[in-house]
Amino acid sequence: MSDSILQIRDLRVTFSTQMGELRAVRGVDVDVAPGEILGVVGESGSGKSVSFLAAMGLLPQSATITGSVKLDGIELIGAKKKAIRSVRGRSLAMVFQDPLSALNPVHRVGDQIVEMIQSHQDMNTHDAEKRAVELLEIVGIPQPNDRARQYPHEFSGGMRQRVVIAMAIANNPKVLIADEPTTALDVTVQAQILEVIQRVQQTFGTAVVLITHDLGVIARVADSVNVMYAGRNVESGPVQSIFDHPSHPYTRGLLSSLPHEGADRLQPIAGFPPNMLAPPSGCGFAPRCEFAIDACNAELPTLQPFDDLQTSCIRAVDLRIGGRS
Amino acid sequence: MIDEPLVSLSPRQMAWRRFAGHKAALICTAILSFLVLAVIVSPLTARYGVNQSVKAPPNSYLPPSKLAWLGTDDIGRDLYSRLIYGTRVSLLIGLFSAFISVFVGCVVGAVAGFRGGRFDDVVMRITDLFLAFPFLVALLVVRNMFGSIKWLTYIIGDVSSLRFIIFLLSFFGWMGVARIVRGQVLALKEREFIEAARASGASRAYIIKRHLLPNSIGPIMVALTFSVVGAISGEATLSFFGYGPQPGAGATSLGLLVGQAKGAVQTGFWWIALFPCLVLVVISLCINFIGDALRDATDPRMDAGK
Amino acid sequence: MFRFALRRSAWAIPTLLLVTFLVYIALRMGTDPLASYMRSNPRATHTKIEQYKKLNGLGSNYVTGYFSWLKNFVTFNWPRSIKGSREVWPELKDAIANSARLGIAATAVGVSVGLGIGIFAALRPGGKRDVAVNTVAFVGISVPPYISAILLQLVFAVYWSKWFGNSLFPTSGVYPPGQDGFDLVLMIKHMALPTVVVAIQVIAVYSRYMRSSLLDVLNSDYMRTARSKGLSEFRILMRHGVRNALIPVITIAALDIGAIVGGLIITENIFDYPGTGKYFLSAFGNGDFPLLMPLMVIIVASVLLFNLLADISYAVLDPRIRLD
Repeated sequence: MSDSILQIRDLRVTFSTQMGELRAVRGVDVDVAPGEILGVVGESGSGKSVSFLAAMGLLPQSATITGSVKLDGIELIGAKKKAIRSVRGRSLAMVFQDPLSALNPVHRVGDQIVEMIQSHQDMNTHDAEKRAVELLEIVGIPQPNDRARQYPHEFSGGMRQRVVIAMAIANNPKVLIADEPTTALDVTVQAQILEVIQRVQQTFGTAVVLITHDLGVIARVADSVNVMYAGRNVESGPVQSIFDHPSHPYTRGLLSSLPHEGADRLQPIAGFPPNMLAPPSGCGFAPRCEFAIDACNAELPTLQPFDDLQTSCIRAVDLRIGGRS
Repeated sequence: MIDEPLVSLSPRQMAWRRFAGHKAALICTAILSFLVLAVIVSPLTARYGVNQSVKAPPNSYLPPSKLAWLGTDDIGRDLYSRLIYGTRVSLLIGLFSAFISVFVGCVVGAVAGFRGGRFDDVVMRITDLFLAFPFLVALLVVRNMFGSIKWLTYIIGDVSSLRFIIFLLSFFGWMGVARIVRGQVLALKEREFIEAARASGASRAYIIKRHLLPNSIGPIMVALTFSVVGAISGEATLSFFGYGPQPGAGATSLGLLVGQAKGAVQTGFWWIALFPCLVLVVISLCINFIGDALRDATDPRMDAGK
Repeated sequence: MFRFALRRSAWAIPTLLLVTFLVYIALRMGTDPLASYMRSNPRATHTKIEQYKKLNGLGSNYVTGYFSWLKNFVTFNWPRSIKGSREVWPELKDAIANSARLGIAATAVGVSVGLGIGIFAALRPGGKRDVAVNTVAFVGISVPPYISAILLQLVFAVYWSKWFGNSLFPTSGVYPPGQDGFDLVLMIKHMALPTVVVAIQVIAVYSRYMRSSLLDVLNSDYMRTARSKGLSEFRILMRHGVRNALIPVITIAALDIGAIVGGLIITENIFDYPGTGKYFLSAFGNGDFPLLMPLMVIIVASVLLFNLLADISYAVLDPRIRLD
């Protein structure tokens, strides 16, 4: 799709560890349309966070990254450090999982936002401070004027996450990557943070990548979904279609492990994710899949169009079922 | 995220692996063992008696030669042999004083950590003060004070005896260990398995024996190694300024030998300055490296830096 | 903030009194001031001895004796030295000035170099330069100051002049004999070697503190946030890394004042540098109670002062512990 604002193609990330090569991401494609909220879902270790940290250039040196990440047509993988730096924080910004540790404890909240503004915009400190207060107000922090002068430890977890969001949107980024932004928070606060993210998307037309393992979060705010498993895409498409008629057994497994009306009990997916030091040569999910056939283990499946979805399951047609199974 | 490695190792095995991976520490262990061995069998390794001249006068300040490998001192004694005997005395002082320090430090730290409250506050204040006070000044003042208390010198010996020096160095050696052990106790007190033990009705002594000691053994070992260095260099410092032990009968210590270096410098008898200093530095360096490797080995958190 | 500092300082005074009381007892027991006096002044008259006892608070009771000493001390009615009956303050003042100059120079050199190479090492943990810095630091802490002093003396006093025919760095005193008045170049030359000796210790200790503290900070989440903002590497390192890593280093620094003073005493003695170290050792050797007590008070006070400064700067650096 050429109209994507963020386009990831065949992204691969390998960590060299003492136990060998850990292939965390093994060829991932992602397309983010301008102004949409894309939910990226998968369990821990599926490579969802690593993919986007790689896109941001935030992985440690031990990571080898190949493939292509294009932001608004500009290639980021292999680009000069300075070029990446000017993108990072300006057109591509990030919100992290743990708001308690994401802010530097020794600097005032306002100053940390000012730092973000001034590193990308030619603005004097007075104006930048005013802008910081505005941003705090946008993300719903009461008395932003006073709060800007406080330190992170004087904020609650939810409030800190709002600060992190305010900081991330300070330069009107085109894409905002939110890596499990609600996981570390209380359930009631989670909903508020999601609202803030939605409001940002609606007000500024910012595209949002919402990384989560929580399908409930996806259902609430996402426009489209990208499901990952064992460092690969397994399925992607509009949120309605994924929830309505998932094509991949893994997605179905995820959905049936959610509490929903009419289900007597939750059905967890049997087995464990594969060892990424020696990932399977075929479909990563095949060892746990009740529908697996020999062909599943033969070669790595790629995303193929299927109805209005993209799926990596080679048996999608055989298994076609309408609605929830 | 990653499957468990196929072979799982006990914490002790893992610690040993990490220690063995520390090349400098292995070399240092080898050097130190060699030294200790040479010192234990000193009658075999020393070529002359500690108080014996290498030949009839003139024999003073002979430069290193076949006759005296490391030269001779002012009255013609073999520096090499004297170094061996001196090192033996210093290592003894270091080991004894380190063991006493660590023992006292463990007791004080554990009690302070367990009791908490006011007792803990006072003990830690004293510890801080001890740590902050200039070591040499405190050492000298307290040395003279202890030396003037008659009944005490019956127990710990005269100011110039080895026993007295060991006692004095231990008196100033326990604070670091006490801090470490107290920190361990406080940290472990919060951990679930201690609470579980307590909830299941284990006595305090049992908890100390079964849980705290095994968990603190790493840091205590590290503290022990550093205490040995501290005591050896403490003795050397005292001797250097003429307040060290006077073992008598021509016996000597590393500190006394280093102390002679001061005068030798002005006159240009370099061997008298160089070799004792070298031995002292090599011993400290080796023990420091071993202690550091032990710390890395027993504290997995330190792995980040490797 | 201000109240915090005030409350902390209020504690320092009773501590100072208590510790000086202990020092008073220790010195009275250890040096036996009366015997020392008699030894140095065998023909002193009875009134002289009584005056000496009164000024120094050497009554039979330690508590009342301490307070009468204290009264004379704070009213600046100081007794004269046992040996030579010299005034104490002018001598002490010079010694402190000389020591302070050496101590400040060595600390400035030591801390800046130590922190610098600590940062340098932490940037590539496990790399070649990390190993190099680590080794240098280990050698530094393993070489006692008297040994590095002796070796430097051996090189500069004996061999440099033998090989090059001049003495680049003199190995004793502040000025050559006969020099009157101030001469910066000569002073720096004389201070160079003792400064290096003390600085080696400081470098060794601080590079290790800084390295481990910075490594902890570099692994923290807010460093990733800082990088995600697109800041320059240098700004990330200084404003977010080093700034935070300094907090624990500062607290340890206060405890190190004792080590630095200890190093000074040893170094001064070897280089025949007329500072508090020489002052202390000669006074201690003579059992000169009137010379020793004021020095002890100043040492204890400076230890407490540095502790206080560390507490305050800790609170300034770390907003989380600004408790009022």
